[in-house]
Amino acid sequence: MAAPAATGHFALSVYTLAWRELVRFFRQRNRVTGAFLQPVIFWALFGAGLSASFRPDVGAAGVGYAEYFFPGIVVMILLFTAIFATVSVIEDRREGFLQGVLVAPVSRGAMVMGKLVGGTLLATLQGAIFLLLGLTQDIAFTPANVAALFGVMLLLSFALTGLGFIFAWRMESTQGFHAVISVLMLPMWLLSGAFFPAAGAPAWLYWTIQLNPLTYGMALTRHALYLDPAKSSAPGVPGPELALGVTVAFALVMFALSYKIAGRRVAGDLA
Amino acid sequence: MVSSATTQPEPATAAASGAGAAVEVSGVSFRYGDRLALDGVSFSVPRGEIFGLLGPNGSGKTTLFRVLSTLIPPQSGTLAILGKDLARETFAVRHRIGVVFQAPSLDKKLTAQENLIHHGHLYGLRGADLKERCRKLLDRVGLLDRANERTETLSGGQRRRVELAKGLLHEPDVLILDEPSTGLDPGARRDLMTYLRSLSREGVTCLLTTHLMEEAESCDRLALLCQGKLAALDTPDALKARIGGEVVSVNVREPEGFAARVQERFGVSPQVVDGVVRIERTDGPRFVAELAEAFPGQIEAVRVGRPTLEDVFIRLTGHRFWEAQSETDAAAKDKSKKKGR
Repeated sequence: MAAPAATGHFALSVYTLAWRELVRFFRQRNRVTGAFLQPVIFWALFGAGLSASFRPDVGAAGVGYAEYFFPGIVVMILLFTAIFATVSVIEDRREGFLQGVLVAPVSRGAMVMGKLVGGTLLATLQGAIFLLLGLTQDIAFTPANVAALFGVMLLLSFALTGLGFIFAWRMESTQGFHAVISVLMLPMWLLSGAFFPAAGAPAWLYWTIQLNPLTYGMALTRHALYLDPAKSSAPGVPGPELALGVTVAFALVMFALSYKIAGRRVAGDLA
Repeated sequence: MVSSATTQPEPATAAASGAGAAVEVSGVSFRYGDRLALDGVSFSVPRGEIFGLLGPNGSGKTTLFRVLSTLIPPQSGTLAILGKDLARETFAVRHRIGVVFQAPSLDKKLTAQENLIHHGHLYGLRGADLKERCRKLLDRVGLLDRANERTETLSGGQRRRVELAKGLLHEPDVLILDEPSTGLDPGARRDLMTYLRSLSREGVTCLLTTHLMEEAESCDRLALLCQGKLAALDTPDALKARIGGEVVSVNVREPEGFAARVQERFGVSPQVVDGVVRIERTDGPRFVAELAEAFPGQIEAVRVGRPTLEDVFIRLTGHRFWEAQSETDAAAKDKSKKKGR
């Protein structure tokens, strides 16, 4: 057999690992339904219920709360889908699938990349489905902002899948992972400007929001949605350049950490 | 646990193999924390051989499997597969070995065919060549008609066969299997050994771990592992021949005293294992008659048998095979309790 060079099939490995993530997802119908229904319900209930009492001062145009909340839901979908996609790391280890990958001639980078790309595609796909709901709002979709939104969703999903991977790699049960999600992920989302704007918040909260990397992904999503800083800028919302810079850095750091942590063998491999 | 009767591995067997060996293990030790799982194990497997690692749980055979399969990096000693150093040329080694795990490694949500395609991609195979290999292997393991069914719908035995096909897809020169007959019924076990035999005729080296005596019997050569050490290495017949003649097992009310009296009377050295007095004799049946005559009314039951691999294990380690296993099981349980998992 003509053995390819050690990492000669990097792209093929990434492709097949990511492909498997997608197939697995679509073959678990409850995952598909849940992942799509939850944000729709969330958006409908919160958007309608809170709009009467909540008047955020966002942008000169003074958008309604449902519209303010809309990109927030996009980010929530990305966050949850991307992070939940990495639950498969734990399942793969528990079900034994991972051991086969670990002894295959696949570089660690390819293995991590395959997982992250799989989660990224899943999250972006669901974000895209949800964007269709935006047609009910007064948001003008043009090829330009749709392209921008896809770019942002891919980038942000990649970073978030990486974040999930870092936690999932060393975990032995999915229960533990749920704890991480409620303690870390939910506050991360709530304090990203998705739910309420940073402006007007107490100082400690304001700074927590500014230090949250997801705040920048959130702002980037808003900027991409309007492609008009006049509509998406507000006090406490990072400008487009800063938001893009921080989000790219976030993605790179998450990949680097995932790569590093995947070099460790954990007890689960030796069960 | 002190094993007084441990003998050293044959140096002759290791020297006989030479440079063309499929697997070369020398001085390999491995420790998990403060527990020494492998203690200076050395052996060599020529190409095309079916080589068995026989030992109870906790004997180190699974650790050896993990190191050989490149799942965990070696700690000390050297391992080479087809002349390639396992630690330095890991990727080259991975292309040449096929690994069949004891725990299932299939994605149950994927079909048999999809599992194989996915696996092939990881080994750099693709396109029509890959499809053809999948078809051939599924045919060979008798699952071509189930190729497009999700593996979660297959029976345990069928899944094992897909695992085997997976391990063989990239045409490895060395196949490494961990307890391959786990979950197989006796018929399927025989099929598996027949299949491994046909692979070995094609020049594929098969290295398998097992704790089943009858599976060990069908290996070309066996390494007996006990508490991380190589206790013996030989063909199953040669191992059994170390015990000349027969094994006489006697059940009596107080075995220790009986053993002492037998030793005094006949000048043999009986062992007491699990409350049974074991005596190795070249003239088993005649000896039974002598025993009955010398100790009338004391013997409750007596059995004369050709030596089995289990007898060899007892002779070499002073432990009953399953006893050694349950002791290490208990130790492992203690350990995991302490870890608080």
